Amino acid sequence: MAKLKYERPIIKRLESNMPNKFGMRTEFEPITHLDGVAVSELVAQYGSPLFVLSERKIRNTFQAARQSFESRYPRVQFAWSYKTNYLSAVCNVFHQEGSWAEVVSGFEYDKAIKNGVDGAHIIFNGPDKSEEDLRKATTNNSLIHIDHLDELYMLQDIARETKQRPKVAIRVNMDTGIYPMWDRFGFNYENGQAWDALNKIMFGGQMDLVGLHTHIGTFMLSPNAYAIAASKLANLAQRVQQKYNHEVKYIDMGGGFPSRNTLKGAYLPGIDTNPTIDDFAEAITSALMNSEYRPKTPPLLILETGRALIDEAGSLISTVIANKRLSDGRRSTILDAGVNILFTSFWYDHKITPAQEFTSYTEDTVLYGPLCMNIDVLRENISMPLLNKGDKAVVHHVGAYNMTQWMQFITLRPKVVLIDMDGKSHIIRNNETIESIQNHEETPDHLVHFEL
Amino acid sequence: MKIKNNIAVSENGFVFNPASGESFTTNQVGLEMLNLLRKGTDKEAIIATISEKFDADASLIEHDLNDFSEMLKQYHLHQHEES
Repeated sequence: MAKLKYERPIIKRLESNMPNKFGMRTEFEPITHLDGVAVSELVAQYGSPLFVLSERKIRNTFQAARQSFESRYPRVQFAWSYKTNYLSAVCNVFHQEGSWAEVVSGFEYDKAIKNGVDGAHIIFNGPDKSEEDLRKATTNNSLIHIDHLDELYMLQDIARETKQRPKVAIRVNMDTGIYPMWDRFGFNYENGQAWDALNKIMFGGQMDLVGLHTHIGTFMLSPNAYAIAASKLANLAQRVQQKYNHEVKYIDMGGGFPSRNTLKGAYLPGIDTNPTIDDFAEAITSALMNSEYRPKTPPLLILETGRALIDEAGSLISTVIANKRLSDGRRSTILDAGVNILFTSFWYDHKITPAQEFTSYTEDTVLYGPLCMNIDVLRENISMPLLNKGDKAVVHHVGAYNMTQWMQFITLRPKVVLIDMDGKSHIIRNNETIESIQNHEETPDHLVHFEL
Repeated sequence: MKIKNNIAVSENGFVFNPASGESFTTNQVGLEMLNLLRKGTDKEAIIATISEKFDADASLIEHDLNDFSEMLKQYHLHQHEES
């Protein structure tokens, strides 16, 4: 007689009152395939843990976002936020879709150039641009978004010395009714700093003021804040037009739109509650069109959206290392992916789904990563189906920031693969080896030998 | 480990503790183990019975039985050992 399928034993108290902090069961179907490719095959071929990106999802999400804006406003341009995910393959998918590059460091600038983006289609943001960076960006006709007065003066000196005219915008920070107000970047609107900087540029006469830029925050849940920001930038543009008869060619609203992830502490899942791109598009474009700024050609609306375009295209496959029982009776499961490669688990309650069949039974579980560090927790409270050692789990919506903010801590970083439009997988970043780390180290002669 | 005599266990895995009023559910393997523990079956015999019926090796069953027993203690379903 054939033996019955074994499932580890559980016993669970039935609660008739309010749900506990572990919440209700959320996973009803296993995720056995990603973009048509079996999770088990991916692990067999590339190992575990493994980041998997879907080219199809990236393109679909991008095209939907572009349509949201283009159906409401005549001139729209996206610029891919390199810091969100600067793997070259990912950047190039966005560039193929027509995105410019938005970079925030000399390193990212060089990466965009190496990817083949021409300088005139690179937006250079951030507080740390060296003199060398600024000279390069000026020569390449890149769009330089000035963050502070020291940068403005340095750029004026470069313009004077090289007889070139840098194409510039200023970054403007402002009160949009949200907290915290990001006033550490750019020039403030309310206290007149921004207007002062614009006058310096216009009176200086050595730079071309081509745009105005803001970036009001990250994972913003209020479309109205963007409407306020767009109105304030349009107001500045109008004042420049009035005073100098000069048209600002673009309004750059930055990024900060949320993905569908659930922020820690949120009562309801992000997928149900976070505003959509359409909500933001409606707020921004309405504010621009209703403003008093009326140039001959409507200003180009630039968006530097990162997270909302890539988060859902990324998944992380992980393997169960062990199951343990904590002192208070909670189940703990150790996965082979930790906070070292899943930085966003500090911000989100990631959706995590088993990659193989499971029954209706669940356990209140703490999911730990593999690091010998107490902070290595992927989910503090999750009602998980029963997982066994060796089982696979898929962490969803991990495409943003993890592959740029990950840490080489204690262990080595894994491979990243992209599943193309035909369902074929490609390695787009190889796993690290011990040589990847050791090659950057040097041991002085007197420290080479020792006896124990 | 023995289970308290007054614990009621249904055929489909519903467990009731009349002393506390608490009820529990258990899955198929849990139900088998619970019934064997109620009969006073020792650990080795439970492992043998389960491994005969289900597709799992003895070491995994032993690991899970220990864990399951811990949970029964956590929920106060076990008899206190006499000193």
